[in-house]
Amino acid sequence: MALALRRKLHESVIYIDRDSAPRIIPSGEDFLLEDLPVGTRVIYPKPPIKGLPNREAAIRYAINHPLDCDPLYAQLEPGMRVTIAVDDISLPLPPMATPDVRQTVLEILLDMLAGHGVTDVHIVIANSLHRKMTPAEMKRMVGAKIFDEFYPDRYYNHDAEDPDGLVFIGETPHKEPLRLNRRAAESDLLIYVNINLVPMDGGHKSVAVGLCDYESLRAHHEPQTIRDSDSYFDPQRSALNHKVTRLGKIVDRTLNVFHIETALNNRMYTGQMDFLLKNEDDFTSFDRMKFEAVRFAMSKMPRAAKRKLLHSIPAQYEMIACYAGRTEPVHEKILQKNFEQYSIPISGQCDILITGIPHISPYNVNSILNPLLVQVMGLGYFHNMYRGKPLLKKGGVLILHHPCYDDFDHEFHPSYIEFFNRLLPETRDAFTLRERYEREFAENPSYIQMYRRGHAYHGAHPFFMWYWGENGRQHVGRVIVAGAENAHVPEILGWERADNLQEAIAMARSYMGRSAEITMLHQPVIAVCEVE
Amino acid sequence: MTAIDVSLEELKFLRAAAFYDLEGTLVSTNLVHTLGFYARNQPGLWRSFKKSAATLLSIPLFAVTDQYSRQVFNTLFFKRYRGETEDRLRFFADELFEKVLKPAVYPGAFELITKSRQLGLRQVVVTGALDISVAPLMDYLGIDDYVANRLEFVNGVATGRLLPPVLAAATKASWIREYAEREGINLNDSYAYSDSISDLPMLSVVGHPAAVNPDFRLRQTALHHHWPILDLR
Repeated sequence: MALALRRKLHESVIYIDRDSAPRIIPSGEDFLLEDLPVGTRVIYPKPPIKGLPNREAAIRYAINHPLDCDPLYAQLEPGMRVTIAVDDISLPLPPMATPDVRQTVLEILLDMLAGHGVTDVHIVIANSLHRKMTPAEMKRMVGAKIFDEFYPDRYYNHDAEDPDGLVFIGETPHKEPLRLNRRAAESDLLIYVNINLVPMDGGHKSVAVGLCDYESLRAHHEPQTIRDSDSYFDPQRSALNHKVTRLGKIVDRTLNVFHIETALNNRMYTGQMDFLLKNEDDFTSFDRMKFEAVRFAMSKMPRAAKRKLLHSIPAQYEMIACYAGRTEPVHEKILQKNFEQYSIPISGQCDILITGIPHISPYNVNSILNPLLVQVMGLGYFHNMYRGKPLLKKGGVLILHHPCYDDFDHEFHPSYIEFFNRLLPETRDAFTLRERYEREFAENPSYIQMYRRGHAYHGAHPFFMWYWGENGRQHVGRVIVAGAENAHVPEILGWERADNLQEAIAMARSYMGRSAEITMLHQPVIAVCEVE
Repeated sequence: MTAIDVSLEELKFLRAAAFYDLEGTLVSTNLVHTLGFYARNQPGLWRSFKKSAATLLSIPLFAVTDQYSRQVFNTLFFKRYRGETEDRLRFFADELFEKVLKPAVYPGAFELITKSRQLGLRQVVVTGALDISVAPLMDYLGIDDYVANRLEFVNGVATGRLLPPVLAAATKASWIREYAEREGINLNDSYAYSDSISDLPMLSVVGHPAAVNPDFRLRQTALHHHWPILDLR
């Protein structure tokens, strides 16, 4: 079995032997160098697909040659009302180097709209129950020219708590309601500009989730749906995707949506940080020097400064595909491209899965990765990076590497603090939490005000974050967090702690046996593991 | 006298309340704005000028004493009302509301009260301002109950003293506790909102405190206790 497992199937999968170099593991804002046991399988990101040489041309081509609908120019009439919805700051991760692909698409769209006499145009950020983006973030996303022309009256964040700004669209046969942003719903044409970083993004989720309210969202962001999603990265087997698709059918029936989807490659870092994406065995002297320089500099900096520095490094993603037209055919094409970039064949599950938790998640751009978000990254995203079978065997041990600091952003995550300190010590059962407390948090006037007038995530958002880990929680036998700087955060999350990775591996082996198969996700990685 | 008008039938259905400080929390004005308004509206130009100048010159003193102690501030501040007639103060209350208080209501105040009311919370304002001056504002905001400071009048003329209990700092918290006991309010499920560190006792007696447009010291306290920090401006 072990021999079969170690057969090299793919360039992104390597095995540790006696001569292997230690591996870099991100742990919050730090980068550690750790020796792994011989035989450990390490999964790296796939090499990036080459970006399209002329992305403006690709976007124009997609808009003029849409799938299953008339070209955009043929749908435009002078005086019509158009709303353009765009993904929020949670995509892509980390935020991409400017110009953001949304800026490029918007510049082309706005030029075309103006040329056809369409002047009643609003740009709405489809942030759903995420925090509203700050003006500086909004400006960075679309560029100064569009920002200056449209902000704040015609370029703004969606408000899921604005009673006058939402309209009831319909209900699925399963009694799932859908209320959407009024401006978007009552426009003659809704254009959605998407970035599909991973296979769970885009498609019907863009409009039906990005522009909805709390009542609509809670119909599918709930523990049972998450448990039934096997996995988020596999739309065919994701109950969440099926429910959102049902809502999307209502959108298709009632709204005129022109969907523009883009796929990016995984060129997360270049230049000074590109060593993070390389196999350590192939490091040049220059790579080692760069890593040691980064590690040394980071070791001298306070955590807040390290965080600031890391969040200021943009990703160097390139666009690899753009399609436009009706939501479903467009999304199908983009998904193919996503899988082409991320799909990695893996031979056999493992008993122990190791992953570092980096400083960033979709929910803490320019902010702190608090304990709930550490949980989301470990049990939510990284556990779900598979199609078919999970990478980790049922009942296996998941080792996370993170300091687990008890640190929250009061401006962005106020309700997380109460959730973590008041509710989790009482129960970790997702169904009980939803039943007893979700609505209380969602309706808390303070949290509503902070969401609407400030930049706070919605009061119910920490619940969704906890549900997000539900699939992983049901599957994983134990979670050990290595490098946790305190005991109470792992305890509240229901995890064991270890001082370092070696201790965590020893603990995991004591549960799974000396011959346990170990796999490590080499972070930062986005992958869809196709486990045989 | 506390300005409370509560239907007992209604209270049967209420289990929690939202307690608000007023000035700096729901409106941008403070006690000095009200005093300034009355000072400007004295009988006679010379008297208006004199009173306005005295109010203006006292501002640094008010600021210093407020930092030191809200009780001392109240003692000094309300002396400025000595000699004012009750009927005059009442006569100008509506004009004060229209010209000073109404435009000063924070944009987010209505939303906060509306959302809070939708939860079935009783809306209660606990303020150190004068009851005479805030009555129209309470109606405008749709506040169920309020309690405010009351000037002592002798033969219809203000003595410059307040009738007990003087609402400030700990006495606000005491009043809330008594109110909750009397009206069957569960403080653990209740909310409190204030902008000032002097209201820390009031914030501490409820289960859901929040700092609103807070001063530096309250902001630090709210961060320390992980309380929500709202900006209604």
